[in-house]
Amino acid sequence: MTQQRRRLLAAALAAAAGAAFCARAFAQERVIRVTARKFEFLPNDIELRKGEAVVLEFTGTDVLMGFSLPDFKLRTDIVPGEVTRLRFAPDRAGSFDFVCDNFCGEFHEDMAGKIRVTA
Amino acid sequence: MTQTIDRREFLKLAGLGGAVFVSGLTGCAAMGGAKEEDFYFVQLSDTHWGFQGPALNPDAGGTLHKAVAAVNALSVEPDFIMFTGDLTHTTDDPAERRRRLAEFRSIVSGLKNKNVRFIPGEHDAALDNGQAWKEAFGASTYSFDHKGVHFIALDNVSDRAAQLGAEQLAWLKSDLASQSTDARIVVFTHRPLFDLYPQWDWATRDGAQAIELLTPYRNVTVFYGHIHQENHHMTGHIAHHSAKSLIFALPAPGSLPKRVPVAWDAAQPYKGLGFREVDAEVQKAAYELTELPVVKA
Repeated sequence: MTQQRRRLLAAALAAAAGAAFCARAFAQERVIRVTARKFEFLPNDIELRKGEAVVLEFTGTDVLMGFSLPDFKLRTDIVPGEVTRLRFAPDRAGSFDFVCDNFCGEFHEDMAGKIRVTA
Repeated sequence: MTQTIDRREFLKLAGLGGAVFVSGLTGCAAMGGAKEEDFYFVQLSDTHWGFQGPALNPDAGGTLHKAVAAVNALSVEPDFIMFTGDLTHTTDDPAERRRRLAEFRSIVSGLKNKNVRFIPGEHDAALDNGQAWKEAFGASTYSFDHKGVHFIALDNVSDRAAQLGAEQLAWLKSDLASQSTDARIVVFTHRPLFDLYPQWDWATRDGAQAIELLTPYRNVTVFYGHIHQENHHMTGHIAHHSAKSLIFALPAPGSLPKRVPVAWDAAQPYKGLGFREVDAEVQKAAYELTELPVVKA
């Protein structure tokens, strides 16, 4: 085995180990599945507990959309046909708006929701 | 300018309007020998041609015509007219988008002043990366000089992610490089360059980079639309002024649980709608005097 191939194999094993670690970490956390479709998030009202780590799992059904939670500087694209995950552990209580931040059509401005974090 | 007071016309359509002043010091920012003198231009925004919603504007098909008539009725003609985006209301149908853009263009061709400039809003351009808009109006990023002021039009909407992008930021940097740091610079965008209220998507994802490029210049003012109301904000020494809409008003940032448009008030039709004129005045040199005694008491 050449040195280059060894390095590639080591990198692949490290990536696999990382993925497994992430999977385990995610497996321990509550998963909240969110569907983004024209022109709504389902659900659009999400309750969390302060300090609780969760995984927001997004699925898009029609066009490119975005999820943005500005108060926590958290965002991701939501690509149709793909599952996107964001790990999130709110460090403060309150009601926080999230929006779609990729313009998706006539009622794009209606694509919004709230995350309510209880102490 | 001797006619400043005389020509401060306010919107006859709504009885409302606004004037914003962009000033600079005499002798600064002489660009290529351009003569500095007072002038004014008109900003109109968010006309949303094609929108239908009687509860928000039962005169959606007539408001733009009235605005054109109101601009034509100004007692002194502006030097130019700028539309800061959302000329049309969005549609998924590319043919309908082109039809609305053509209708809008036809209506504003009724403006007496033919020096009319445009930038797109996301309703015009985001769903096809600005293709139809550019067919109708040409480049969406450009600059021009007028009577000692350098004007820059930026497109932060054709990318549906509401960002300027690396290419446009590089162009901005290059364009600014030809200006002295005391140049009088006016920037037009559709969306705010700063994070006005990202919880309602009132921001530009990479707007901070544009502000960083503009910050070394001491006389910069930004005019934008998007939020359907007046808003005045400073990022450091840079002033940002949003314009009213000509279709429906939106609530103040964060003032309601949801960004719900303001309903039409039959008792006060066109309330919250309007356009503005911008007076670009060359300030005379100012001196602050402090008189001192020979001996302090």
